[in-house]
Amino acid sequence: MDETRPIRVLVAKPGLDGHDRGAKVIARALRDAGMEVIYTGIRQTPEMIVEAAIQEDVDAILMSILSGAHMAIFPRVMALLKENSVDDVLVAAGGILPDEDVPAIKALGIKGCFGPGTSTDEIINFVRANIQADRLTADV
Amino acid sequence: MQNLVERLLDGDRRALARMVTLIENDMPVARRYLAELHARAGNAQIVGVTGAPGAGKSTLVTHLVRELRHRERKVGVVAVDPSSPFTGGAILGDRIRMMELAGDPNVFIRSMASRGSVGGLSASTRDVVRAMDAAGYNPIIIETVGTGQAEVEVMRAAQTVLVVTAPGMGDEVQAIKAGILEIADIFVVSKADKPGADQTVAELAMLLSLDPTRRQRDKTTPAWRIPVLKTAAIKDQGIRHVVDAIQEHYAYLVESGMLSQRAQRQVRSEVQALLSHALMNALQQTITEDEWRTLIDDITARERDPYSVASQLQERIGLK
Ligand SMILES: Nc1nc2c(ncn2[C@@H]2O[C@H](COP(=O)(O)OP(=O)(O)O)[C@@H](O)[C@H]2O)c(=O)[nH]1
Ligand SMILES: [Mg+2]
Repeated sequence: MDETRPIRVLVAKPGLDGHDRGAKVIARALRDAGMEVIYTGIRQTPEMIVEAAIQEDVDAILMSILSGAHMAIFPRVMALLKENSVDDVLVAAGGILPDEDVPAIKALGIKGCFGPGTSTDEIINFVRANIQADRLTADV
Repeated sequence: MQNLVERLLDGDRRALARMVTLIENDMPVARRYLAELHARAGNAQIVGVTGAPGAGKSTLVTHLVRELRHRERKVGVVAVDPSSPFTGGAILGDRIRMMELAGDPNVFIRSMASRGSVGGLSASTRDVVRAMDAAGYNPIIIETVGTGQAEVEVMRAAQTVLVVTAPGMGDEVQAIKAGILEIADIFVVSKADKPGADQTVAELAMLLSLDPTRRQRDKTTPAWRIPVLKTAAIKDQGIRHVVDAIQEHYAYLVESGMLSQRAQRQVRSEVQALLSHALMNALQQTITEDEWRTLIDDITARERDPYSVASQLQERIGLK
C-alpha cells in the first residue's frame, strides 16, 4: 500500500439494536492508527452501507452487529457489492457472531470475523494487512 | 474500457468516487484528468456551510438536499472534518445525519479529512468540487467546521456562504462578531424549536444593522441584504426559505457581475498556488537533506544568515 495516503474505512452498525459503543471504540482506534474513518451510525440498511462505501471509495468496510440479524444482512451487503461490481474492498465483521456461523460468513467473502474479545490492535493489523494494495492504480 | 473521465461525465458514480480519491491523494494522473474536467465544469453553484461544531450544519444540509431534490436538482455534498494533528487519522461523522439521502442516485456525498490544512478545508477541496461540477451536480454544498480560519478558506471555494448558529450556544454570537460576519451571505439560526432562537435572530440582525454596507464598499455593485433565517430541521420548518435565499443569492451574483469577479479572483489565486507549489518543488529538488542540515547549522551558529542563503539557493532555479 502507498504509505503516504491514509487508509479509508467505513464503520457501520447495521441492524435494529441501538447500541453503537463497540463500533465507536473501533472507529476511534482506527483513527488513532492514522486511518480516516467514515462513521455512519446505527440502523444502517445494506443499501445505505454499500452506497456510502461506493461514494466514499473506502478501502475497507467494517460492520458491527449485535442483534443476531447478521445472516440476513451480510449476504445482502455482499450481493449489493457484487451487483455494483465493487470487488476491491475488504469487508470484515465484528460483534456477536456465533462460532457456528463463522464459516458461512467467511464463505460470503467476509474476510475477518471479530468476536467481542478482539483487541483493537488485532483489527488494525488485520485492516493494514488485508486491504488491496494497488486499488488506486488499478481500474475501477 | 472507457477512461475515467468519460465514465465520470456519463454519470458513473464509482468513476466520480475514484476521481475524488485520486485528487485527494494528489496522484500524478489527477492533474491530467482535472485539466480535462475543467472544460466541463463551471455550471454549479457552490455553497459553503460553516459554523461551530454541533450548530446543526449536517442536519441542515440534509434537509436542504431534500428540498433541492424536490426542486429536481442533482446535489453534491462535500463534508470536511479535521484530521488529528497527531496521527493524521480522522473520524468523519457528518454522514450519520445524511444517511437518509443514501440511495438517491442524484445525490453524491463525500467526506473529506482536512489533512493538515489549517483553513478548515482540505487543500484539494476545490478540485474535488470541480470533479462533481463536471459530473453535473448543481448545487454543490461544502460543509466545514468553523474554526475561525475556515471561514476565509470556504469563501475562497464557495460562491454563497451560509453561517449556521444555534440558540443557547453562549458566546456563539460573540464568535460571529470576530470574523464570520465578514463572509456570511446568509445567516441561519438552527434549532428554532428550542428556546432563545428569536433572541439569537435579533442579536444577529442587530450586528448586521451596524454594518449594512459591507458589500457596498465597492460602490458600483448593488448591495445584497444578508437574510437571517430560522430553521427547525427536526420539524422541517424554514428549510424552503433557506433554499429560496440560496437561489436568490445566485441570481444576485449573476446580475451584479459579482459571480465573474469572484471567479476571476479564484482563478488567479489558483494559478498562483500551482505556481508556488511547482517552484517550491523545483527548488527542493536541488537541495539535499545533508545540505539542509549544514545550512541550518551555519545559520543557527550565526556564521551565515537566512537572507543570503535563500538568495543563493534561488539562483539554482534561475531566480535572481
Ligand atoms: N432540536 C433540534 N436539534 C437539532 C436541530 N438540528 C440539529 N439538531 C441536533 O444538534 C446536534 C448537532 O447536529 P449536527 O447537524 O450534527 O451539527 P454539526 O456539527 O454542525 O454538523 C444533533 O444532535 C442534532 O440532532 C434542530 O433543528 N432542532
Ligand atoms: Mg457536521
